[in-house]
Amino acid sequence: MTKVYVSSVIPAPAAEVWKLVRNFNGLPGWAPFVVESRIEQNAQADQIGCIRSFTLKDGGRIRERLLALSDYDLSCSYAILESPMAVENYVATLSLTPITDGNLTLAEWQAEFDCAPDREAALMHQIGHGVFQTALTALKHRFGR
Amino acid sequence: MVKVCQSTIIDAPVDEVWAILRDFNGHDRWHPAIAFSEIEGGDPADAVGAVRHFRLADGGELREQLLALSDKDHRLSYCLLEAPLPLMGYVASVRLKPVTDGNATFWEWRSEFHPPAHRRDELVRLVAEGIYQAGFAAVRSLLRRGNLGTPVEARPSRAVAAAMPSASVPRVVSTLAPGQAATTRAIVVGRYGGPEELQLREIALPQPAPNEVQIRHTVIGVNFIDVYCRTGFFDLLQPPGVPGMEAAGVIAAVGPAVSGFSVGDRVAYACPPVGAYAERRNMAPELLVHLSDDIPDEIAAAGLLKGVAASFLLHDVHVVKRGDIVLIHAAAGGIGQLLVQWARHLGATVIATVSSDDKARIVERLGAHHAIVYSRENFAEAVMRLTGGMGANIAYDAVGNDTFAGSLAALAVRGHLVSFGQASGPVGNWDIGRFASRSLTISRPNYAHYTDTPEKLAPHVGRFFQALRQGVVRVEAPTRYDLANAADAHRDLESRRTTGALVLLP
Repeated sequence: MTKVYVSSVIPAPAAEVWKLVRNFNGLPGWAPFVVESRIEQNAQADQIGCIRSFTLKDGGRIRERLLALSDYDLSCSYAILESPMAVENYVATLSLTPITDGNLTLAEWQAEFDCAPDREAALMHQIGHGVFQTALTALKHRFGR
Repeated sequence: MVKVCQSTIIDAPVDEVWAILRDFNGHDRWHPAIAFSEIEGGDPADAVGAVRHFRLADGGELREQLLALSDKDHRLSYCLLEAPLPLMGYVASVRLKPVTDGNATFWEWRSEFHPPAHRRDELVRLVAEGIYQAGFAAVRSLLRRGNLGTPVEARPSRAVAAAMPSASVPRVVSTLAPGQAATTRAIVVGRYGGPEELQLREIALPQPAPNEVQIRHTVIGVNFIDVYCRTGFFDLLQPPGVPGMEAAGVIAAVGPAVSGFSVGDRVAYACPPVGAYAERRNMAPELLVHLSDDIPDEIAAAGLLKGVAASFLLHDVHVVKRGDIVLIHAAAGGIGQLLVQWARHLGATVIATVSSDDKARIVERLGAHHAIVYSRENFAEAVMRLTGGMGANIAYDAVGNDTFAGSLAALAVRGHLVSFGQASGPVGNWDIGRFASRSLTISRPNYAHYTDTPEKLAPHVGRFFQALRQGVVRVEAPTRYDLANAADAHRDLESRRTTGALVLLP
C-alpha cells in the first residue's frame, strides 16, 4: 500500500473553500488539469455512490466513485474506478480544517493505492505533485494568493 | 460542556514543532504562563499516565495527566486533575500536521470542559487566548530565536531542533563510548538538613533524552542557593536529589532533537534544574551558554551565576547611575565582589560592609570607597556619617535577618532596599506602613524570574562576559574543593570564612 499526503494553507475561511470543493462534479471549476466533468446516470453530485467521469487536458479520462461526504468534517472520499494511471485500490480523501488564527483553511489531500513497485516513485510524484499539489495551488490562487 | 478549538500555522517543520510539544514536562520552558513544572514520582515525561505538576507565574498550581501520546500522528491528549479554576472535566488535545507545501506546521489545540454557567465566557476566553493563543506565540518566538544568529558567547541556544537534518543547522548525534559506565559520581542530598547530608554516591546516568545534551563537568560552582536547596528553604531540590545550579564543562553527547551544540563544545550554565554536583549530567540545552576561548572554565563556573545576578541587580532590579550611593553587604563574598567593582565602574559611590579587617582590605582593593567592619561599628550610623546624614540610595542585602533593619535605617529618602538573600536567616514580617517615613521601596528579586528564558538570560550573560573582557569586573581564582568534599565547601560558605567564589572539582 502506497500513501501520498499533501497539504496547503488556503487563504480563505473553511466554509467558503468547502462551498467550492464539496461539489463532486465541480473539478473543472478549479482544478487546472480537468476540462470537463459529468455525473453518470443523472445522479446528484452529493449522492453517496455517484460516479463522476471527467476528462483531463491531455485527453485522459477518469471515473471516480463518491464514497463519503461530510459537511460536518468538511471531507470527501472517493475511489478510482478507471484511469490511465496503473493504480489499484485507489482511495483518496480531500479534507478541510479551519485555522482559527487568521481565519484560514488547512486543505489536506491524501491517497492510498497499490501499484507495481517500479512505478511507485513516479506515481507518488504524479499524484502528489502533478494532481493534488497543483490543484491546491490553484485553490490558493483562486482565493487571492 | 463547552468546546474550545484554536489552530494556527507555525513556520517550521512538523518534527521541529513536535520536539517542543511532545515533552509533557517542557511547557515551562516556552509557555509564558508557566513558571515551573515537574513530573510526579520521577516518571518519564513521555510515559502515558505521567502527571505533570506545575506552577503558574501567578503562583497557581495545577496537575495534569498525560492520556495519550502518538509520535505517529503528532498528537497528545491530557486531562486536568487539579486546578485553581473550575475547569471541570477538562480534557485537551494537541495535534500537528505537516503543511507539505512550504514545510510549515498546522497546530490545533482543543479541549472540552464544564464551566460554571456564570463564568463560561471568562473561562473560554482564558483557555483560548491565555493558554492556547499565548502558547502559539511563545513557540513561534522560541523557534524564531533559535534561528537567529546571536553572538556565540552569549547564546543560550534553542531548546529544540530539527529531527530532520537541516543544511543550516549542523547536527551531531553522539552516544557514549561502549564500556563507559552508565553511572556517574554525584553528591546526593538524601534528606533536607546540614552539610553532612551532602553524600558522594554513584548514581545512574541514562543517555540524554532526544532534547537533552550530556555535559561532562570540569568545574562546578558553589552558591548560597545550594545551601537553601540542601536545607529545604527552597523546594528546587526534592530529596533524594543532586544539588547545584552552576557549572562549566564539555558536551559529551547530544540528543537527536538538539541542534546548536556538538560534542566537544565548551559550555557553562547557571540555572535550574538542580543537578550540577556531579561528574556528568543530562540537561536541556536551552539555557546553556557557549564559552569563548578567552573565558576559562574555572572563571565561568565561579562567576556565571554571580555575574548574571550582579548584572540584573545593577541594571534591572535597580538601574545604578553615576552619583548613586550604593550600600553593599557581604561585599567580600562572591556576588559582593562583583557588585563592588561593577557599581564603582557605573559611577556610584560604593560603601561596603564586611566582617573583618582582612575583608575590608579586599573590598577597598576592588574599588569600594568606604569599607565598614560591621562587627565593630553600627553600619547604619556609619553610612549616615559617611553621607552627611543623607543615606544610601540603594542597599544590596543578601545577609537578611542580621542586616535588614540596619539597611532600612541606612537608606535615603526614596531609597531602594534590594533583599536578594537571607544568609543569616529570614528577614521576618514588616509593616510596610513604616516605609512611608522615607518613601522606601523594597524588592525581593528571585534569580529564576530574571533568567529563566534564553531571552531574559542572554543580555545578562553578554553584559557579564563583556565586563570580564574589559576588566570592569574580575573574578578571583576561586577556592577549590574536591567534589567528594562538597560538605566542607558548604560549611566554609555558611561560616563566612570564605572570600570570593568556591568551586568543586569532579
